[in-house]
Amino acid sequence: MSDLDTFKTETRAWLEANCPAEMRTPMTSDHDICWGGRNYKPSSEAQKLWLERMGAKGWTTPTWPKEYGGGGLSKAEAKILAKEMARINARSPLSSFGIWMLGPALLKFGNEAQKREHLPPIIRGEIRWCQGYSEPSAGSDLAALATKCEDKGDHFLVNGQKVWTSYADEADWIFCLVRTDPKAKKHDGISFVLFDMETPGVEAKPIKLISGKSPFCETFFEDVKVRKDQLVGELNKGWTIAKYLLTHEREMISGQGQEVARPISEVTAGLVGLEDGKLADPMLRTKVIEAEIDDWAFAQTIRRKLGEAKAGASLGADSSMLKYYGTELNKRRYELMMDAGGYDSLEWGGEGGMASMWLRTKGNSIEGGTTEVQLNIISKHILKLPGS
Amino acid sequence: MALILNEDEKMLRDAAGGFVADKAPVKALRSLRDNKDETGFDRALWSEMADMGFAGVLIGEDNGGVGMGFVAAGLIAEQMGRNLTASPFLSTAVLAATALGKAGSAAQKSEWLGKIASGDTIMALAVDEGRKHNPNSLETSAERSGNGFKLNGAKSMVIDGHVADQFIVAAKTSGGTTLFLVDPKSQGLTTTRTDMIDARNAAKLVLDNVEVTSDAVIGEVDGGGEVLSHVLNAGRAVVGAELVGASSKAFEDTTDYIRERKQFGTEIGRFQALQHRSSHLYTELEIARSAMLSALSALDEQSPDSDLVIAMAKAKIGSVAKLASQEGVQMHGGVGMTDEYDIGLYMKRIRVAQELFGDAHYHMEQIAKAKGI
Repeated sequence: MSDLDTFKTETRAWLEANCPAEMRTPMTSDHDICWGGRNYKPSSEAQKLWLERMGAKGWTTPTWPKEYGGGGLSKAEAKILAKEMARINARSPLSSFGIWMLGPALLKFGNEAQKREHLPPIIRGEIRWCQGYSEPSAGSDLAALATKCEDKGDHFLVNGQKVWTSYADEADWIFCLVRTDPKAKKHDGISFVLFDMETPGVEAKPIKLISGKSPFCETFFEDVKVRKDQLVGELNKGWTIAKYLLTHEREMISGQGQEVARPISEVTAGLVGLEDGKLADPMLRTKVIEAEIDDWAFAQTIRRKLGEAKAGASLGADSSMLKYYGTELNKRRYELMMDAGGYDSLEWGGEGGMASMWLRTKGNSIEGGTTEVQLNIISKHILKLPGS
Repeated sequence: MALILNEDEKMLRDAAGGFVADKAPVKALRSLRDNKDETGFDRALWSEMADMGFAGVLIGEDNGGVGMGFVAAGLIAEQMGRNLTASPFLSTAVLAATALGKAGSAAQKSEWLGKIASGDTIMALAVDEGRKHNPNSLETSAERSGNGFKLNGAKSMVIDGHVADQFIVAAKTSGGTTLFLVDPKSQGLTTTRTDMIDARNAAKLVLDNVEVTSDAVIGEVDGGGEVLSHVLNAGRAVVGAELVGASSKAFEDTTDYIRERKQFGTEIGRFQALQHRSSHLYTELEIARSAMLSALSALDEQSPDSDLVIAMAKAKIGSVAKLASQEGVQMHGGVGMTDEYDIGLYMKRIRVAQELFGDAHYHMEQIAKAKGI
């Protein structure tokens, strides 16, 4: 038996013994998602157990190095683990910006002490992170951010405001872009710092959206003292880390909802009904089929691009293409469902209802870099058009 | 399904690309057009292409081909699309070779496939009849007569029809569709070349009591529908690849142009109005390329979803190619309307190729039916 076969057998047995039965059923609501953190309130004993067991094994982050508490698995082993988890419908034990965003950045740009301090609690789900990027006057023009970070000798002092900070009201720590040199060119005066959300002077207020409640917050910093050893990378070189994470984020957003979405033809047929075997609204039928073709062709493109990226070519600016197309397509999908639902879809069906989801999709092409910014990136980095 | 090219496929693409760019670039098509060339392509060049393995790309080695499959055929077609190369690749190497390979008798295979692979025989498929592609309601009929059949009807858009050494004619028989090999010199058969916007070959056929023997039947009598559907799928996937090639090159020419062209004292490629449209088109072209590779792979893998996948691919690629040609002419401005610039030639070929074997509307209808709406 090859090493991978042995790994597969052992993994299967371990999951069989350690994944609670309740954690092998589909999630039914957002409450089933485990975010961990200091204020973590498990939705069930099984969820708590599942997080502890996976966290202790490092399998919440299968490929992160063992020395920091990660799984230390090779890519091939991680693939087997994912397959074996999918085989028994095991839920993800932990959802976390620490895993998705900060961890990869720390592994690439952080120093040894920072990795030792922050990675293990991320892996075990003990500390929940949020991301402090956008500001009221720095949205698409993120590099115009103005949150001030001054060197006060034995500490930094942070003053300013962030906005669209996801889960800032529930997070324990924040990774934050701040301006450390107001005189430098805008990309050259930014630094990447970490601090505890319980530090005096930090305040987070949830934002209500057109779609209802949201995880987004406005986050205010007033004379917040930040430890100097919490500067990641070099002073004034934070933009490099920001760019790395933005690319990473775009790849995540573009792939969302691909596999699980029900075909639009099915949804609209359920709402509109059929006449002589055809969708009863012939004009809508055409648009539904167009959207379904684009859905399929986009899914093929994600497969192809991720395949190429695995084969060694970097996804690079193509992540902008995927983000652009995927989010615009998702908006189209929900517009068609609203068209199909007619008056019925205009009733406020509560959070998570169709109307609320339709409204929420409008943010897809704004968050993580607007559609217009993605098109700018493609023009500049792929098409190399002048002066863009 | 692998949507990523392997090393052999990349080598084939590069070799084919280098070859057609050198021997059959756009100016070769211009010269065929301007000289009103009677053949419509360069026979000597087709012979060379056969030596390169293009003509036998879908023919097994036992019949004299190289048997590389549909992804390979698509990669060749893509390069021909980039260069607007005129050749009987589609009619003969793709459509005819696929029909005979799938359903031909041993005798038919041994008589024709070797000659197709060597570039010695040009063979044309006669399916369509009216204004639009509609293979499910053929009017051309074949009635039993003596030891064979009598064919009556009219065909349109027969690619390479006027130079074909042999036709494959689809006709209605008493219990379905049947495919026949028909000699162009048959009594009662008239072939008229049509003058097409893309300067490529097409012909109209009239069949007036054309007699063929029962040996001329490809596959089973009344059993041609399934064969034809496979052959047409092959054509759609390969034309799709040609369209991806043509529209990608049209796009590259266009971005090159807007990088250079100056108005208001600066390159027009600086204007966001053009940049965003270019970025959108780039995205659509990448998506069309994925559709193309999926369609070609589905044929190679004999996927049970082939019909649906190919319909989706042809619909998507056709629409994207149209957008690429329209944006191409528009962004070229005045010179985009001149015969001197190539962009107009791309627009013409794309117009024809997106219509071949079903335009986006045709395939959307098939998809809607398949999805039960």
